[in-house]
Amino acid sequence: MAIVKTERHPEMPPPVTQTGVIGWLRQNLFSNWLSSVLTIVAIYIAWQAMSSLISYSFINANFVGATKEDCTGTGACWVFIKARFGQNMYGFYPEDERWRVNIGYVLGAVGLFLVLSDTMKSKKLPAIFLFVIYPVICFVLFSGSFGLEVVETSEWGGLFLTLVLASVSIFVALPLGIVLALGRRSEMPVVRMICVGFIELVRGVPLISVLFMASVMLPLFMPEGVHFDKLVRALVGMSLFSAAYMAEVVRGGLQAIPKGQMEAANSLGLGYWQSMGLIILPQALKISIPAIVNTFIGLFKDTTLVSIVGLLDLLSVVKAGTTDKNWLGLATEAYVFVAAMFWVFCFGMSRYSIWLENKLHTGHKR
Amino acid sequence: MTVDATSQPRGAGDSILRDPKVRAVFFQILVIVLFLAFVFYVGNNAAVNLEKRGIASGFGFLSQPAGFGIGIVLLVDYNAQVSTHSDVLLIGVINTMAVATSGIVLATILGFVFGVLRLSNNWIVNKIAMVYIEIVRNIPLLVQLLFWYFAVLSVLPRVKQSINFGDTLFINNRGVSFPSIVPESGFMFVVLAFFAGILGCIFLAKWAHKRQDRTGEQFPVFLTSLGIIVGLPIVASFVLGNPMHLEYSALKGFNFQGGWILEPEFLALLIGLSIYTGAFIAEIVRAGINAVSHGQTEAAGSLGLPSGITMRLVILPQALRVIIPPLTSQYLNLLKNSSLATAIGYADITAIFAGTTLNQTGQAIEVIAITMAFYLSLSLSISMFMNWYNKRIALVER
Repeated sequence: MAIVKTERHPEMPPPVTQTGVIGWLRQNLFSNWLSSVLTIVAIYIAWQAMSSLISYSFINANFVGATKEDCTGTGACWVFIKARFGQNMYGFYPEDERWRVNIGYVLGAVGLFLVLSDTMKSKKLPAIFLFVIYPVICFVLFSGSFGLEVVETSEWGGLFLTLVLASVSIFVALPLGIVLALGRRSEMPVVRMICVGFIELVRGVPLISVLFMASVMLPLFMPEGVHFDKLVRALVGMSLFSAAYMAEVVRGGLQAIPKGQMEAANSLGLGYWQSMGLIILPQALKISIPAIVNTFIGLFKDTTLVSIVGLLDLLSVVKAGTTDKNWLGLATEAYVFVAAMFWVFCFGMSRYSIWLENKLHTGHKR
Repeated sequence: MTVDATSQPRGAGDSILRDPKVRAVFFQILVIVLFLAFVFYVGNNAAVNLEKRGIASGFGFLSQPAGFGIGIVLLVDYNAQVSTHSDVLLIGVINTMAVATSGIVLATILGFVFGVLRLSNNWIVNKIAMVYIEIVRNIPLLVQLLFWYFAVLSVLPRVKQSINFGDTLFINNRGVSFPSIVPESGFMFVVLAFFAGILGCIFLAKWAHKRQDRTGEQFPVFLTSLGIIVGLPIVASFVLGNPMHLEYSALKGFNFQGGWILEPEFLALLIGLSIYTGAFIAEIVRAGINAVSHGQTEAAGSLGLPSGITMRLVILPQALRVIIPPLTSQYLNLLKNSSLATAIGYADITAIFAGTTLNQTGQAIEVIAITMAFYLSLSLSISMFMNWYNKRIALVER
């Protein structure tokens, strides 16, 4: 007589220590004694940091009031930021004219959304709007003409000026960078040498010295009577600086395009500019978009340096607030606020770049 | 442009204008002419403007007395009345080098530690490293520097209420004071012993390597080296009867006297630069380690290597090949970012030479040119060194 089991043995549940919350904990937090020690130390540090941060910025913070005397709690005095909010956002832009800036923001946001997201099938129209029409509208709106009150650039400031600096610089730097990158890969030695010289010179020195150069030496280089205001000088410096970095990014993209593409274009009878514009650049720019966004994040952070040459960007307006005699001793609040503002923008852009990278990444993934 | 049309006989309809080679030469001549015209135009304007404003040109200002005080002076004697603008330049160079070198060391340590932590299997450690990297990378360095300087270091207690660690270390809003080593006669030999120890260790490592190649026996090079480098100077010091003493900082009048003091400007710049660059280096290290194929770890495991040794002998040497080139550009960024010192008043070359000297002499072109030449040459030497190191560790292929 053989003992043969005919029906299947019922499946046993997986061990409790391997699955569910306990399994996850064991695997990810307490896999060995070193890991356990690390976990406990890390939890302690995280707890300390989080609790003090939350009690500083929310629980013990002061949100209501109008003067420093209203800040009675031990935490942050956000009243300070609230009281100067208009200035932090627009600088000394006349209060009655700030709607113009807001219209510019709204139009820009709509244009950006249409170009960057997937809602529109053809991106030709939004792109023309964003890169050709929008800058003209903004120029008219912000500086004032056609019946609008003229606002001098010395009155521009705050987050508004930061955004203007970043967008104009990228607007100039991207085409200039493409030209420089093409020049660097040109087969004409003279063109190549000039481009390499410019790119390496600019990349080898700090932005601050380029800005100093733009603000001190540009007036010297201009003929008599030609006068640039401070904003234009800073814009020239920032644009040239980021163009050099952009050129290297685009060069990376150009190098990734196989040589066969150019040869195929040539064999079709396309000339240099046709094959570049129709075959090579669309592919090269597409793969370098994430890197371009990263360069733009760097450029956006670098706009803070204009405060050193005396422009009133977000950082310097907020910093000026800390020396206001009614609001002394609030440096922490001021810099935390600026840091948070920049963080939101930069983090958003970096997430966008990651999203884009995944979208463009059509190859095999592990 | 890559089409070589000259090898074919020119058709009747083709003019010389359609020959790519001719066009290239023509275009280049045009570029040269335009470039020279631009340089001439700018130079001419500059000369006219300089003359009109009565600004001298040339490098004569370097030997004129500077006449302003400098906050932080290392290694050189500086006297506002006697010292010249070239002394200012020298001090600026030394201060920049001081903060850049220490910043590079600190940032590398921070970056490697957090890069490895970011890859940890431990969820919470991993997330803490991520939070550090994501917060620090997305905030402008200038904001961070101002935060450290004005919101952290400036609100430390005043000198009289210094935070006191056993009467040796004092922390206050004028910086961190700690005891200094004052050399006496014969101290030279202790220093010599230290360098001899380093030299000895290099030979020891070579010998141990050869012996391992020959016999397979390993030698504890690291511990022995540590013993030699630390031990030799101590032995030398005892033999010579301790030719040095410690000088403690002490509160005299309104400030601390004696000992070494790290000024808040230097500290803020060092902390800010290293934390900022460290975050970028951490991402580079993470990417480099991730780039090593997982099969390498598995192969090392199947050979029976423990995880520490796998990391040190299998993963890191391969990861370094990916890490070194972007690491180099981070070092260069750190050097260039050290020019932000000017925002918090640390006396680096940009602050005192391209700042104060430029304002006093008005010779913008010369001053900016010297400053840029300094940064350029330092950038070039760092990248040359890193390229050499990169070549040394690069994959040797047939």
